[in-house]
Amino acid sequence: MFTAREYVKVGSLEEAWELNQKRTNVIAGGMLWLKMGNGQKGTVIDLSGLGLDQIQETEEEFSVGCMCTLRQLELDPGLERAFGGIFRESLRHIVGVQFRNCATAGGSVYGRYGFSDVLTCLLALDTWVELYKGGRIPLEEFAKMPYTRDVLVRIIIRKDGRRAAYGSQRNTKTDFPLIACAVSRKGDSWQISVGARPKKAERICLDGAGKTAAELAKEAAGRFAYGSNMRGSAEYRAHLAEVYIRRLAEKLEKEA
Amino acid sequence: MEINLTLNGKKIKAQIRPDELLLDFVRSQGCRSVKRGCETANCGLCTVWLDEKPVLSCSTLAARADGRTVTTLEGVAAEAEAFGAYLAEEGAEQCGFCSPGLIMNVLAMERELSDPSEEEIKEYLAGNLCRCTGYMGQLRAIRNYLNRKGGETDGENR
Repeated sequence: MFTAREYVKVGSLEEAWELNQKRTNVIAGGMLWLKMGNGQKGTVIDLSGLGLDQIQETEEEFSVGCMCTLRQLELDPGLERAFGGIFRESLRHIVGVQFRNCATAGGSVYGRYGFSDVLTCLLALDTWVELYKGGRIPLEEFAKMPYTRDVLVRIIIRKDGRRAAYGSQRNTKTDFPLIACAVSRKGDSWQISVGARPKKAERICLDGAGKTAAELAKEAAGRFAYGSNMRGSAEYRAHLAEVYIRRLAEKLEKEA
Repeated sequence: MEINLTLNGKKIKAQIRPDELLLDFVRSQGCRSVKRGCETANCGLCTVWLDEKPVLSCSTLAARADGRTVTTLEGVAAEAEAFGAYLAEEGAEQCGFCSPGLIMNVLAMERELSDPSEEEIKEYLAGNLCRCTGYMGQLRAIRNYLNRKGGETDGENR
């Protein structure tokens, strides 16, 4: 657990941004990963007083405040309806209910963790992040950016009629995923993201016209790079990715 | 820094360190049921309710509890005792170290889910680890406890 000299529940995003410019200060989301470090922090910045713990739905998009918990995403009926249960499926395996009542959407996305089910899930959709100074940028771009001192305010998921499916494999319940796959489809336009490779999730887009699910999966899985760690080898991950992408693509084909 | 909160139904004001964890704070207030198990946010032993929702007190700053309601096993003693009797009836405990966290999450589940299936129970309680048992006794006890009113519970499936 880290130590901290001060704790500030900010009254505005400007205050949060200003405090966050100092390298020793840190914005705390759910703190599940942050607390695993032993460093010394100056000020812990808390955004929980800014009303950013709501999921708002309009005709065009969902706006997820950075302080929404993973459990909120998992249970939100609007997200469930719009994206075919992809949120529930990607989140329900993450440790336990108590953990998901703590972990925040903002913290999960900002961290861009290699093991992240959340990032994998969101990348398959038309997702954007809203940064306090940087404005709205596509999540795909954000995922590749270096860490900056900006404040992640919201996550925007556009309702573009895309259907999506999610699958992951774990060596044991509640562990990090060995592989995480999300597939979405709008007509012949397919978006496939694969995370826990064990690198952070990336997304590719494919034209699926005239291709079977198996051909699509082979092509998609071959475009990602995989690595080995204590949970599995690169070869095993590559094999799993192809199998999961094919199953998810088949599921979406049946729904069409 | 100073925080004001309701702990087990009692309004309190307290001085805390900025980096003090809720786990250490509630223990300093006499709530010794709350224990540090894994300290990696995996075992569920430190479960308390923050505004009625189960959270991991080993990973929550006490400062986050300011203005909110915290409930530990001590605050639901009668319910805990009632469920504990079902655990005992099934011989579901060995060392019993994990029981406070499990009981807090079972009682939270009872409030949140109505007539949960076995799979729903397992999913809800996946974050409560027990190193002694194979969970079978606990599951029998949980089913019996939830069925004590003929299957009726007060919660609502979400």
